[in-house]
Amino acid sequence: MSLVRSHILVCTGTGCSSSNSPKIIAEFEKQLAAQGMDKEAKVVRTGCFGLCALGPIVTIYPEGACYTHVTVEDVEEIVSEHIVKGRIVQRLLNKNADGEGPATSLAETSFYKHQFRIALRNCGVINPESIDEYIGVGGYEALGKILTERIPPQQVIDTVKASGLRGRGGAGFSTGLKWQFTADAESPDGVKYVCCNADEGDPGAFMDRSVLEGDPLSVIEAMTIAGYAVGAHQGYIYVRAEYPIAVKRLETAIAQAKGYGLLGKNIFESGFDFDLELRLGAGAFVCGEETALMRSIEGHRGEPKTRPPFPAVKGLFDRPTLLNNVETYANITWIFNNGPEKFAAIGTEQSKGTKVFALGGKITNTGLVEIPMGTTLRTVVEEIGGGVPGGKKFKAAQTGGPSGGCIPASLIDTPIDYESLSAIGSMMGSGGLIVMDQDNCMVDIAKFFLEFIVDESCGKCSPCRIGTKRLLGLLTKITEGDGEPEDLDTIEELCNHIKQSALCGLGQTAPNPVLSTLKHFRAEYEAHVYEKRCPAGVCKALIQYVVDPTKCKGCTRCAQGCPTGAISGAVRAPHIINQSKCIKCGACMDHCRFDAISKQ
Amino acid sequence: MPNCKTVVPYRGTPEQEERLRQVIAQHKGQPGATMPVLQAAQEIFGYLPEEVQIMVAQGLDIPLSEVYGVASFYAQFTLNPKGRYQISICLGTACYVKGAAAILTAVEQKLGIAPGSITPDGKFSLDSCRCVGACGLAPVMMVNNDVYGRLTPDQVGPILDMYK
Repeated sequence: MSLVRSHILVCTGTGCSSSNSPKIIAEFEKQLAAQGMDKEAKVVRTGCFGLCALGPIVTIYPEGACYTHVTVEDVEEIVSEHIVKGRIVQRLLNKNADGEGPATSLAETSFYKHQFRIALRNCGVINPESIDEYIGVGGYEALGKILTERIPPQQVIDTVKASGLRGRGGAGFSTGLKWQFTADAESPDGVKYVCCNADEGDPGAFMDRSVLEGDPLSVIEAMTIAGYAVGAHQGYIYVRAEYPIAVKRLETAIAQAKGYGLLGKNIFESGFDFDLELRLGAGAFVCGEETALMRSIEGHRGEPKTRPPFPAVKGLFDRPTLLNNVETYANITWIFNNGPEKFAAIGTEQSKGTKVFALGGKITNTGLVEIPMGTTLRTVVEEIGGGVPGGKKFKAAQTGGPSGGCIPASLIDTPIDYESLSAIGSMMGSGGLIVMDQDNCMVDIAKFFLEFIVDESCGKCSPCRIGTKRLLGLLTKITEGDGEPEDLDTIEELCNHIKQSALCGLGQTAPNPVLSTLKHFRAEYEAHVYEKRCPAGVCKALIQYVVDPTKCKGCTRCAQGCPTGAISGAVRAPHIINQSKCIKCGACMDHCRFDAISKQ
Repeated sequence: MPNCKTVVPYRGTPEQEERLRQVIAQHKGQPGATMPVLQAAQEIFGYLPEEVQIMVAQGLDIPLSEVYGVASFYAQFTLNPKGRYQISICLGTACYVKGAAAILTAVEQKLGIAPGSITPDGKFSLDSCRCVGACGLAPVMMVNNDVYGRLTPDQVGPILDMYK
């Protein structure tokens, strides 16, 4: 490996790739060669830095200068100023923690100040397509120590137990116990399996994707350790086919690990064999449920089975199977390298360590954050997330995706851990955290999640297949202005029936978005039912856009911006909106400079 | 249901069928082979018409009902051919709260088709999808592999006009 003076780290996660980072990399390589610096500086393609809102992001070491919103045109200046002359390009730097003056490094920003990175430790730091870089930051030390010192499997399991790590996929079951159950289970022919759930189906969640794109080998190493601990020699990673970059990097990582003898036969000459295979999911939310996921790996429709028997006893191909999600595995090697006590010291009494969240929706710093358990929602939204943009008011945060609930503004000081979130009717979930402001209608949001569930219900059990459909019917009726007072009670009753009788986790938690919004935002439901009014101005049947003829100057901006040609009027004369053509998208209101268009 | 039997006549070439036979031969006898084979078949033919499903069932020696069951269960598999330009509008939560529904309506209006269908000239097909993982850029639309983020409804027309 040749030594270079500067490393230029460019994010190639999904967000930054979508905003041109591949072209920026090509331009860097071209400019470095043109300015004769290609022997002194090297471009490194990394995983996600987390701050997707400011992408594409370029970080240059050793200075640690973090440039945001970089364009292809900026590259020449960065190379000639920073790389050649050693002068940091001030205008492209991110702002520092207190918002005054630019910060050079990421650690100084308020976005990173409250974070503690375990699962994301290598994301944005190493090149995810190079096993040498992974080994360079301590990769394979944990597995090497376990196998070469012949640490007994039970001791490995005890270490995981001592860390207090709980499943990061949503339910929060103790990881150590899961390993123990699988290790203790008897297999008829001695075959056991280790699986990784990388079928991240929650809409609005991309934590696992970023780990796989930024640090795939940490998951592979952890699965190998798990295989050793429970006595399995074959693993499967079930990953969404919709994540092409993650799939490609996993394939590369598996091939490199095999090439170094870190997967396959006789790993570290210890006599332990472990092999890994990728299986691509084909877009079914229910396959995030453990029994459905295994049915899918077996090649069938992904329909859940009744439990018990649990997968630890009878899982994939009817053999004992350990299944953890990506983020859970990403914590494992850190625990072995730093000690379980250190991990257990982070977080709260019941919830140890950190949790990664995908911050999205109406928030300034959309992106990926990893916080110690017990951090309050207020810190995440106001300090890390930078608050709600546009001077709008924070209304609610949604966690747990279609299985979770909405946390209202009055509960913003709730600490984020498994117990506190379930106590207020939401759940940790896999880590999507969507912020909503005053312009979001909570009835509409509940309806949105139910549409998702109705679409994704596998159809095996009737409470979920029929119940959620009826529930959606009732909510649609309300959003269309036809709601009747007794509908609210019927909704509540139906929700409780589905919760109690559905077969799998998907169905049992499906009513949560409805129940939590009904609990915390009942007044909004009542406004739809009794006053036929949508307070947030979202439900199309209950609103219309009108032009105030006294304010309209006839500038035609609204008519030009209207995607459906619903606005007519002569130049310098008041315009009119044709309500039958209007799709109520609000583009006209955004275009009007005279405040002449309003929602009624 | 958009994913029903297609009305487009089957136009598979002998080369495509030969490639499928090779894929089947590679996977035959392997546990859980149905999904990888169907994924490869969709890559070869672009979609999974009845004729292809029959070839997979016979090749792997499993009932056609099971192949159809799997093909119709997962969102990734399509029984209808797709357009030259495949539009998908992300309706994940982050995009939805930032107005993805209005983007979808604008595309529907512009092309005159509903999600799950294709324009009569075969140029555009429209689908809604669940999260492409680019939540930082919400709301997001994809045309083939091009991602358009931070969209407003009035940008839709000019973007689609770029595709000839």
